[in-house]
Amino acid sequence: MKNLFSKLTDSSIQSLIGYILRIGVLLSSGIVLFGGLIYLSRHGYSLADYKVFHDESARYADISKLVPAALSFHGRDIMQLGLIVLIATPIARVLFSALGFLLEKDYLYVGICLLVLAIIGFSMLNYIAG
Amino acid sequence: MSILIFSLLLLAGSMLAGFLGSLTGLGGGVILTPLLTLVFHVDIRYAIGCSLIASIATSSGAAVAYVREGITNMRLGMFLEIATTCGAVAGAILAIYTPTHLVAIIFGFILVFSSIMSMRRHVEPAYPGHESKLAIALKLNSQYPTKEGIISYNVSNVAGGFVMMGFAGVLSGLLGIGSGALKVLAMDLIMKIPFKVSTTTSNFMIGVTASASAVVYFQRGYIDAGLSMPVVLGVLAGAFIGSHVLIRTGGKWIKLVFNFIILFMAIEMIYNGLKGNI
Repeated sequence: MKNLFSKLTDSSIQSLIGYILRIGVLLSSGIVLFGGLIYLSRHGYSLADYKVFHDESARYADISKLVPAALSFHGRDIMQLGLIVLIATPIARVLFSALGFLLEKDYLYVGICLLVLAIIGFSMLNYIAG
Repeated sequence: MSILIFSLLLLAGSMLAGFLGSLTGLGGGVILTPLLTLVFHVDIRYAIGCSLIASIATSSGAAVAYVREGITNMRLGMFLEIATTCGAVAGAILAIYTPTHLVAIIFGFILVFSSIMSMRRHVEPAYPGHESKLAIALKLNSQYPTKEGIISYNVSNVAGGFVMMGFAGVLSGLLGIGSGALKVLAMDLIMKIPFKVSTTTSNFMIGVTASASAVVYFQRGYIDAGLSMPVVLGVLAGAFIGSHVLIRTGGKWIKLVFNFIILFMAIEMIYNGLKGNI
């Protein structure tokens, strides 16, 4: 009986995770497409220049500045926001897996999920990227 | 070239990459960086940033179906993600200090390796197989549905697979790829997991692994929104079409052609890297 119960919760975690991934991908590609159309309508006839790498690392280091910028309908910032949603999608998946394992009382795997989140959190520290 | 034309060409190229990648199971990311650097003459740092973002999109998109079918081994994926994310962060930091021509050369060799891996004949060992204590402690042994019913399998050599995954993570962070070929190698050959489980679990892990290095890339300005926009949308559309065509076409012929393209691009990457053009 216990085994049956744990199987049931496992599959409900699975469908929750599938749902999160689908929402994340659809939402981010929608935002990117929307920003892209604005960007192309404004800058479509400028010259494409990706041959040389420009260090613009400072521009988007602070996510809190990006949201107001995107709300003022700058195509680039909206696309950038969409990309952040995309990057956040698998991270949200790990977070929800942790919650799922917690409901299942599988504390070993709650710990493993939190460890993975901690590693990603570590990579977000600004000084890591130099 | 104007941004509009450039974006449209990139959209078409990425759609083709996503389509072929999903048809052959190699993933579109593997040819995106060569496509961007060799054909579109994009700086390799932008190219790997872009390709990394695209790999998050395709892996998340494809994972939806597999996770629901219950083929993906989520515990195994979560456990190995400790190794891949650590490796990915290390690889992304390494990428900042590695000269670009060296990145191109390493990339070329990984392309050759991926191509060989996809051509190799697959022999499935007998299941459930050897029981390891670590796998039992970590609850990694599992089962998956097939046409012939549910098959139970055991996971062997957990430590060896874990180390290999760390290495796959480093390459993923360094080159901006999902490094699916290495992940499958670790699970297939070292941990002796059924092929279907190893490919879907590897795909499941690619998203988190890539996100870990994407965070570092993002802060370094490797991920350009204007460039990523057509690539992400194109790859997603291509992969979507590819996954719906798969049932109808034989695929063997396409796989061969795709492998030739990959080998050609690998040689170009290595050649240009050696000459210092990239």
